Amino acid sequence: MADFPDIPVLTTTVEKMANWARRSSIWPVTFGLACCAIEMMAMSASRYDIARFGAEVFRGSPRQSDLMIVAGRLSRKMAPVLRRIYDQMPEPKYVISMGACASIGGVFDNYALVQGVDQIVPVDVFVPGCPPRPESLIYGIVQLQKKIDQMKLTA
Amino acid sequence: MTVNMGPQHPSTHGVLRLILELSGETVISADATIGFLHTGIEKTAEQKKWQQVIPLVERMDYLGPQSNSLGFILSVERLMGIESKIPERVRHIRVLIAELQRISSHLVWLGTHALEIGAVSVMMYCFRERELLLNVNEMLAGFRMFPSYLRIGGLREDLPPDFHETVDAFLERFPSKLTEYENLLTKNQIWMKRTRGVGVLSKEDTIAYSLVGPLARAVGISYDVRRAFPYLGYETYEFDVPTRTHGDVYDRYLVRIEEMRQSVRIAKQALQRITPRGVFDIQDYRIVPPPKDKVYTEMEGLIQHFLIYSQGFTVPPGEAYVPIEGPRGEHGFYIVSDGSNRPYRIKSRPPGLYACQAVPKMIEGGMIADVIAVIGSTDVVMGDVDR
Repeated sequence: MADFPDIPVLTTTVEKMANWARRSSIWPVTFGLACCAIEMMAMSASRYDIARFGAEVFRGSPRQSDLMIVAGRLSRKMAPVLRRIYDQMPEPKYVISMGACASIGGVFDNYALVQGVDQIVPVDVFVPGCPPRPESLIYGIVQLQKKIDQMKLTA
Repeated sequence: MTVNMGPQHPSTHGVLRLILELSGETVISADATIGFLHTGIEKTAEQKKWQQVIPLVERMDYLGPQSNSLGFILSVERLMGIESKIPERVRHIRVLIAELQRISSHLVWLGTHALEIGAVSVMMYCFRERELLLNVNEMLAGFRMFPSYLRIGGLREDLPPDFHETVDAFLERFPSKLTEYENLLTKNQIWMKRTRGVGVLSKEDTIAYSLVGPLARAVGISYDVRRAFPYLGYETYEFDVPTRTHGDVYDRYLVRIEEMRQSVRIAKQALQRITPRGVFDIQDYRIVPPPKDKVYTEMEGLIQHFLIYSQGFTVPPGEAYVPIEGPRGEHGFYIVSDGSNRPYRIKSRPPGLYACQAVPKMIEGGMIADVIAVIGSTDVVMGDVDR
């Protein structure tokens, strides 16, 4: 390095570099279920602008995504579909359970709904609210970014 | 070739599933599958007290939540026989909120519909204006999407301070913004090529599928519940019911844009008739909670408060159905009471369900790329269809 004194260089570890890249461009899958999906759209739209946190690239295909935001109530008919979409996502993948219905079934404690998506897929961040405000969801994504920062490359 | 579209697809407005039979790029037959968002709301409502049902029904059609609760409330009020006792001011506030709700719903429709056809910036603009309406909701009840502000027998509380200024500022600003959207789309060549002559449904088919609202008005059926069966004093408001003749995606777009203009017109008239402060419920404390100062100072008020929040009120046995004109057309709740404090049965009439049935008819024989335009133009909300 002493041979090239003019070139600005920062040293880091591969792990930090990889985690930085992963957390700075989280690509969520376009997977809206119910009311929360509208707030998810509001989060990505003009007022809240999730692009500030690098998670604005919503992908239609789960094969191109890192994050699944389960936005809304999950019915028993939809549960296998959700699992299949999750299985199609490449590693590393993360799940945010958005809203009361996705997290615990919400007000609908009945025959039709899965009482919490953590019965179907592993959840990284739960965001409470019915529906959560876009700020809450942004906070959830920031929490997920903190979690990604602490990941180890060699598990 | 058989193509399975949805339930996870960015343009199926939630979780609609279409099984398309293709020959090249032409759709030969289509089959719509619903039920991926079945939430059991109608069944759950049978376990709730009458006033507890309002938040549940608001979560059915989540783009026009206050239209849902309005339909439910009007049915309950008819069954209780208190329709005529609702104060004038409350009616005008309900009209105002219903019209703002229509604008808000149509804005989401326009944004997503344009996004799916490829005009991304329109969605950003629409959500910008929608946020202003959500601000109004937040003023009313501190909640962006589901305020539960309309209650059986009146409103939750009086209008907040600065309500008139906020709504007035929106109503002044919005028509120019609507022109902005129209400048982007109405004469846009790409937009016209993607939407004109696409998804045509004849007048006979529209009637056969019992389509209502903008879908019916786009083929020239001028059925509007606000005109045909006026409620909340709509007969005293001046407004036009826009109709078109072709019944394609483009005409549905034009009808909805014009509906937003008319909604602004109605909302302005309603706002003029509302006083900033005044009576906001029927003041029958067996049905609505008594004011807090009475609860704290009078024995009777305390008892009434306790009864409302523990037992609720009873509704006389019978059945009622009061249709309203929601953002998607005739929308209403058929309710049955057995005389207790909980509904015996509630049944929603979602306009989106009928639109879903007609989707295969609209797309058969068309190109596969037009499927998305047609689904967008029907403006189905799966939460409303599946319930």
